[in-house]
Amino acid sequence: MTFNIYDLTSFDKWIDQGLNSIMSPTWALITEMAIIGIVFLLFYAVVGLFLVYAERKVCAFMQNRVGPNRVGPYGIFQTIADFIKLLMKELVYIKDSDKLLFNIAPFIVIIASFMALSAVPFAKGLHAIDFDIGILYVIAVSSLGVVGVLLAGWSSNNKYSLIGAMRSGAQIVSYELSVGLSLLTIIVLSGTMQFSEIVEMQRNGWFIFKGHIPAIIAFLIFLIASTAETNRGPFDLAEAESELTAGFHTEYSGIKFAFFFLAEYMNMFLVASIAATVFWGGWMPFHVSGWAGFNTIMDYIPPLVWYFGKTAFIIWLMMLFKWTFPRLRIDQLLTLEWKYLLPINLVNILFMAFLVLMHWHF
Amino acid sequence: MKEIINLPVSKIEEEEYHINMGPQHPSTHGVLRLVVSLQGEIVKSLKPHCGYIHRGIEKMCEKDTYPQVIHLTDRIDYLSAHINNHAVCLLVEKALEIDVPERVKYIRTIMDELARIQSHQLWWSSFGMDLGGLTCFFYGLRDREMILDIWEETTGSRFLQSYNCPGGVMQDIHPNFQKRVHSFIKTFKKKIKDYDRILSGNVIFEQRSQGVGMLSKEDAISYGVTGPSGRGSGWSCDVRKNEPYSMYGQVHFNEVLRYGCDTYSRYMVRMQEMHESMNIIEQLIDNIPSGDYSAKMKAVIKLPAGEYYQKVESARGELGLYVVSDGNKTPYRMKFRTPSFSNLSVLDHISRDMKIADLVAIGASLDLVIPDIDR
Amino acid sequence: MDNDSLKARILEIVPDVQQEENKQYLTLVVPAGRLHDLAGELRNTPDLGFDFLFCLSGVDYGKQLAVVYHLNSTAHKHSIVIKVKTDDRVNPAFDTVCDIWRTAEFHERETYDMFGIRFNNHPDLRRIFLDEEWKGYPLRKDYADEVNIVEF
Repeated sequence: MTFNIYDLTSFDKWIDQGLNSIMSPTWALITEMAIIGIVFLLFYAVVGLFLVYAERKVCAFMQNRVGPNRVGPYGIFQTIADFIKLLMKELVYIKDSDKLLFNIAPFIVIIASFMALSAVPFAKGLHAIDFDIGILYVIAVSSLGVVGVLLAGWSSNNKYSLIGAMRSGAQIVSYELSVGLSLLTIIVLSGTMQFSEIVEMQRNGWFIFKGHIPAIIAFLIFLIASTAETNRGPFDLAEAESELTAGFHTEYSGIKFAFFFLAEYMNMFLVASIAATVFWGGWMPFHVSGWAGFNTIMDYIPPLVWYFGKTAFIIWLMMLFKWTFPRLRIDQLLTLEWKYLLPINLVNILFMAFLVLMHWHF
Repeated sequence: MKEIINLPVSKIEEEEYHINMGPQHPSTHGVLRLVVSLQGEIVKSLKPHCGYIHRGIEKMCEKDTYPQVIHLTDRIDYLSAHINNHAVCLLVEKALEIDVPERVKYIRTIMDELARIQSHQLWWSSFGMDLGGLTCFFYGLRDREMILDIWEETTGSRFLQSYNCPGGVMQDIHPNFQKRVHSFIKTFKKKIKDYDRILSGNVIFEQRSQGVGMLSKEDAISYGVTGPSGRGSGWSCDVRKNEPYSMYGQVHFNEVLRYGCDTYSRYMVRMQEMHESMNIIEQLIDNIPSGDYSAKMKAVIKLPAGEYYQKVESARGELGLYVVSDGNKTPYRMKFRTPSFSNLSVLDHISRDMKIADLVAIGASLDLVIPDIDR
Repeated sequence: MDNDSLKARILEIVPDVQQEENKQYLTLVVPAGRLHDLAGELRNTPDLGFDFLFCLSGVDYGKQLAVVYHLNSTAHKHSIVIKVKTDDRVNPAFDTVCDIWRTAEFHERETYDMFGIRFNNHPDLRRIFLDEEWKGYPLRKDYADEVNIVEF
């Protein structure tokens, strides 16, 4: 078995053949699904913990402070300590709340982001689900998250949670439009919705350079809209500390609150990885068509490093937004989407279609 | 269901509900309870409930001698502590017709302006934080630490120093004072440009503060909204210009006036006032005359019988001190006309028909300090 | 306007004011019944123009209870002090001026809270700092409170 860090398809085949030789094909399939599930769960948990730590360090850096530095070397075990503390907290049960909905709401949010993350390619061969309608699947499944938010607000039996949940719901649903349309711009450029093909097509240059002006506009709109969709940054009115309440998750405590918290960070990771894949090439190294020597050097860096590097950069940008700008009011937020981003987006798609027809892209 | 169908449409739409921005709230800057009556997202009316930090200072002053009263005045508006003390000292000195040495006037004016700058720094920090720019909190407080360090070196305490006393100041300034104030001004002039870049020029901030909380000049005068809040509506109410005291009659500074009448104007007035305060300090810091740091006072201070009034310009507005004396060593009646009390009374009027998210911005722009309201 | 002309003008409006001695401001004691009319005239007459009520205090003079109004004109820059006094310590009452100067609304509530002086026609006369159920008026000279006040 050759473990080639640059092309893990042989590694996948080796596992597949190994399992098929031990057990019947059905059982092998089930075992593979179980392995992928467990790997994803671990990945989700580890990346979530790491992101919380990263946010605190980035925030501290911007605010002229140090951030966590006591628990473990450079404070890297801080999130684990927080998590253990949250686990041990008392679960407060709300009188007259709808118990079933109250309990499943956090899980819906996690499941939605989990399902969406599985469709994103991490490297060649590290791709859990490769639909031919990949982008459509991701958009559809990540929309399920808003169901969790609304259920959380409704089932808390608290009028402030309900207001917060309604606002969050309105915000998420509005900005999904912009997210979808900006991804549509790239589909127009690439001609396919399948993630692995989109990444392959960027072998001779990333889409943001190939599609120049409309692709850059689409990326900026995607960045703004996805920050709003994940309730982050200047769009976090629904859960702001200095507003009236903590929004839809006011009544949640302990582990359920930890789920919402984790889901928010994983959503951020999800939109950053979609942006990295669709606009910046995913795991594809930086190639310039025609410069063979340069391309070979770029190829030496493993695809995993490229992928995580790009995602990390976009996450860092989103964290910068949150800690710099004041918040938008809810009506200003919705005005931004419906009166500015949506028309710009629609015009941009037309522009991109025109570009593709005239072959004016790289 | 039948009852709802039979109601006229206007009644269904007019569902008002009350929420409580309770005494503990991250953005009311102290223990103030606001009962807000909302219709959807729009504020219809507002009732403040004060008294959570009412300590009976006016009653206590009737049993305290004049130097003891100074320690109480620190705690009325803790961010303009020097200026509050200054009011009591000026009143006693005017009643006894004592001339304080020039050195004392210089020191008091410089300390007043430092107090004004650090009060505005804290205001800017919490204003940014209330609107969501959490980083502003750290930048403002970091720069404020420099002033607190200067005070600690000279007076021994970072905050609530009770440095003034009738006749002068408690002790002379530290030899390092001038050097440290110079270095503070040099550093802060650069840092204040950062403040403008983070908030003042930001589109999101402008959208959230322009047109929000309109207070006309007639309303400002009628409600008694003095200080930067009143000057944001174009009312020239600066006591330092209208009835100068200490060195204010002899330094050159501009009274900052804006005519926008909204939150943004009140914000810009305070930002500009920080520049003006630094200007005043620069004119005075190098020319402090040598001399005594206190005039000779009797051991027991007794004001002649009569009524006295003293106005000073604190960081929040016009602080008035009304004393009725019967010739004893304690005042017969001492009344503090505090600026935040009058500024609070206008909050209801200017928040009508604003959204609930704007209420936070309006409250922050009026710069209320709750112990100043409750005494 | 200087103090003498101010006094002359006010004597035209309310003939029976008395002047009290004060080095700082012209201080006039007005009969309680004429307070509201005088206040209206002081505000609305153009050459008097007292539009800024900068202090409203209650004072307990031992036998009498009084309310002291410090007024200032932003246009003409002159100031004046108006006092109203009453001997009635059981049920003292004056007319409100909060329809003339809006700042009086909160200040009169405070005076009611601390001295028990009622203001006729006030829109919302209730205690402002103390609890609704508090008995007594703390800033009066005959207020006794064994629990909260320690006498040395």
